[in-house]
Amino acid sequence: MSTQWEVVIGMETHTQLATKSKIFSGASIAFGAQPNTQACSVDLALPGVLPVLNREAVAHAIRFGLAIGAKVAHQSVFARKNYFYPDLPKGYQISQFELPVVVGGQLEIEVNGVQKFVELTRAHLEEDAGKSLHEDFQGPHGEASSGIDLNRAGTPLLEIVTEPVMRSAAEAVAYAKKLHALVMWIGICDGNMQEGSFRCDANVSVRPVGQKEFGTRCEIKNLNSFKFLEEAINYEVRRQIELIEDGGTVRQETRLYDPDRQETRSMRSKEDAQDYRYFPDPDLLPLRIDQSWIDEIKLTMPKLPVQLRDEWQAEFGLTPYDASILTQEKATAQFFIDLVALVDKDMAKQAANWIAGDLASALNRDGISAADSLVKPTHIAQLLKRVADGTISNKIAKEIFAHMWEKAKSGALPTDGVVDAIIDEKGLRQISDSGELEKIIEDVLAANEKSVEEYRSGKEKAFNALVGQIMKASKGKANPGQVNTLLKQKLG
Amino acid sequence: MWHQKTLTELSEALSTGKVTSVELTDHFLNRILHFADLNAFLDVNNDFSRKQAQIADEKIKSGKAGPLTGIPLAHKDVFVTREWRSTAASNMLENYVSPFDASVVERLGPDGAGMVCLGKTNMDEFAMGSSNENSAFGYSFNPWDIDRVPGGSSGGSAVAVAAGLAPAATGTDTGGSIRQPASFCGLTGLKPTYGRVSRFGMIAYASSLDQAGPMAKNAKDCALLMNAMGGHDPRDSTSLDMPAENYSRHLGQNWAGVDGGSKEEKPLAGLRIGVPKEFFSEGLSAEVRVKVEAAIAEYEKLGATRVDVSLPKTELSIPVYYVLAPAEASSNLSRYDGVRYGHRAHDYKDLAQMYSRSRSEGFGAEVKRRILIGSYVLSQGYYDAYYLQAQRIRRIIADDFQNAFKQCDVIMGPVAPNTAWKIGEKSKDPVQMYLEDIYTLSANLAGLPAMSIPCGFDSEHMPVGLQMIGNYFSEARMLQIADIYQDKTDWHKAEPEFGSVLKKRGVAA
Repeated sequence: MSTQWEVVIGMETHTQLATKSKIFSGASIAFGAQPNTQACSVDLALPGVLPVLNREAVAHAIRFGLAIGAKVAHQSVFARKNYFYPDLPKGYQISQFELPVVVGGQLEIEVNGVQKFVELTRAHLEEDAGKSLHEDFQGPHGEASSGIDLNRAGTPLLEIVTEPVMRSAAEAVAYAKKLHALVMWIGICDGNMQEGSFRCDANVSVRPVGQKEFGTRCEIKNLNSFKFLEEAINYEVRRQIELIEDGGTVRQETRLYDPDRQETRSMRSKEDAQDYRYFPDPDLLPLRIDQSWIDEIKLTMPKLPVQLRDEWQAEFGLTPYDASILTQEKATAQFFIDLVALVDKDMAKQAANWIAGDLASALNRDGISAADSLVKPTHIAQLLKRVADGTISNKIAKEIFAHMWEKAKSGALPTDGVVDAIIDEKGLRQISDSGELEKIIEDVLAANEKSVEEYRSGKEKAFNALVGQIMKASKGKANPGQVNTLLKQKLG
Repeated sequence: MWHQKTLTELSEALSTGKVTSVELTDHFLNRILHFADLNAFLDVNNDFSRKQAQIADEKIKSGKAGPLTGIPLAHKDVFVTREWRSTAASNMLENYVSPFDASVVERLGPDGAGMVCLGKTNMDEFAMGSSNENSAFGYSFNPWDIDRVPGGSSGGSAVAVAAGLAPAATGTDTGGSIRQPASFCGLTGLKPTYGRVSRFGMIAYASSLDQAGPMAKNAKDCALLMNAMGGHDPRDSTSLDMPAENYSRHLGQNWAGVDGGSKEEKPLAGLRIGVPKEFFSEGLSAEVRVKVEAAIAEYEKLGATRVDVSLPKTELSIPVYYVLAPAEASSNLSRYDGVRYGHRAHDYKDLAQMYSRSRSEGFGAEVKRRILIGSYVLSQGYYDAYYLQAQRIRRIIADDFQNAFKQCDVIMGPVAPNTAWKIGEKSKDPVQMYLEDIYTLSANLAGLPAMSIPCGFDSEHMPVGLQMIGNYFSEARMLQIADIYQDKTDWHKAEPEFGSVLKKRGVAA
């Protein structure tokens, strides 16, 4: 019988912190500028320059620590990681080694309905390197050459490291997605994976089920999409199992994923691994974080998804599913919060349905975020109110929503009175006048004698058919409740 | 002659209109040119200097001058400057010009205290050395005997002041680089408490030890310079966040704090001077010992009490320093890779060769030696045994000082075991040279302020320096103690007669 294999995955994620300037200099970190226009003398490592820590980067690290229930270290130390590379101007990277700023913490993930906690080892602050440009780069005389762009050098990063606790690519992806949503939720990272704001390294190994010791791991670096993360891990797991089953052994090494060929390739082996000669950076004092600073930041922290999820289930009776949909993204949650503030509390459930339903599909279709939604909470609130007071039916409300959505594309909707204006303009007001309704019902009954016969002979379905005809005849404006009552009366 | 005047005298002459800054500046520029063979300067530019002097004269005319406005000074080439080249005496930075001024240069210069920069002084390459012989551009000569070294690494600054080419100069002290050349050339030099003077714009050697300070004719001048140089700088994270201080505030007082009391017979009554026996062990030359003992005896005459103290780890300061300083240097000097600025080899096949050739060609032997030592002690498997162990002993050394300061107010001893040695005498054996740093290193390791004060001459008429080490932030007191001594002695006023010697040996015109 062939061996059953267990996959072991640990993740390291580089999150670019959403600060205005670099972690140790005043240069901007905005993406997309002309090469070397956002690199000051500190980033260029000119003789005599010194690093000065950006406190906002530290505040972001504290926010992260608080969000994952970790210990924020009152004292951590910046260390130099020494190696030569042209895009590393100082010849060392300032990072944290022995004493990181965030220790421990956990993140809850869910795969196939099963919940699991992923334990984090640490998160530490560091600076990014610059970028080497090799392809299509020309030297001063038009010759093929390599260029260095130091705009990215010194960009603040928080490297977030997990314990080796994930057991499948699906779990790794669930973790990465959860982390991605969280760092955006608490506002410490813009989450833009194409621009490199969120990059994952996966440490992957396999071992026979039941074996205690870990297998030899390979690190797959720089995975900048969830799809690549999943593909790369699955490929790597297959590769390692096949290698071992063919009698080989896994070498500890760093590998790169090639999305075109959908395979990982060796980048450097452990033997080639550099000795980084870490030591505490004498240009920077140990980073001291007083409890008062942590407390101050705690007060400004937004409620976390898991908190909102629990609160909304308890307070508004939302289903766990709806609550989790609404808390996947901060903008969606904010939309819900803003909407609920505008309507009666007992409409919260309908509000949730609207956001998870019509709004979500419209946003999805047009590829925009809830934060940029064309239809605002106030407009949905107006719809909900008109449904509640019987002016329109739910069905009509959906039509009005679609109408508003299209209309908003050619100019922002006014805040007030939009829904009423559309109802009036299109004559969509619900018919609740019993005289008017009775006339419609009588007309329909007269024209559908067959259905009437069927109903009277006991076919309940015929009743629904008649309701459908009446609604159609009223162009959807008939009040469905009233139609039911009146129709029952008429049919005796 | 103007070059024989102290800063206080020059300040007076400028403010009363006896001389203009331009005249003073020209006087010193002429001397620099005339005695160019001393090789004290690496870069001089008369136009830049005169421009600064004109600005100073304007300020003086319009009544906006401070006490230092218009007085020329020289900067060690380790401070970067926008106008003069900044090479740290290395081929690696032979033609390097900085886009910004160092904090020290800025604070002393036209936008600060208004002093006039005369140029950049020679030094040991990247401040690594005790003799000035490690300069890539040739060593500077000791004006007291041109066959001898001026000391290092701030050798050029010491020569410039001693030879009257500048009224004062800046230096930096990582393991004694202000005090030892000051001692060898008969000057007063102060290495302040670590963090007092901003390191921004100082080309880094060993960041946790590097500290800038003044080199001048006497303690009063050092105090004036410190008033301009010191103070918090947000661009240096290790700069002490303390309010600005008047370093001259105790001058003229006796130890008890009475104004005018410095003229009393025993103005230092109450001062306890700690004398560590480890600073007088074998290895100290008999002649230096005699002069230093005489200076301490003079202090006793002035009312001070001598207390025997112990700094038991003094000998270990050599291995500790020569582990930690190279470790930091190996990393600090990684930026000189030929990629963005500085020397790049002409001929290379690939990136690795560009690095190795550029660095092999750009750095001198002592710099390479320290980079190698530093890389070694930080390597995996050796880090604990060397770097961490050295850090542990560094803390013990600092604790030993605090124990000593329970019994005394300042510590006194020799600056160096010997007076200035002959050029070439120790340069073949680096360990011999390292051993000469034994009395200066511990103050850097502990971050304490320390001074060199002229206290006599040996039988070959070479200056001897008295070292004073104070507790943290006690510079104003140390300057007071030195100043009272200088009121009663003339050692600091002695001038070398090098002009005729230079001529006789055919060195100078």
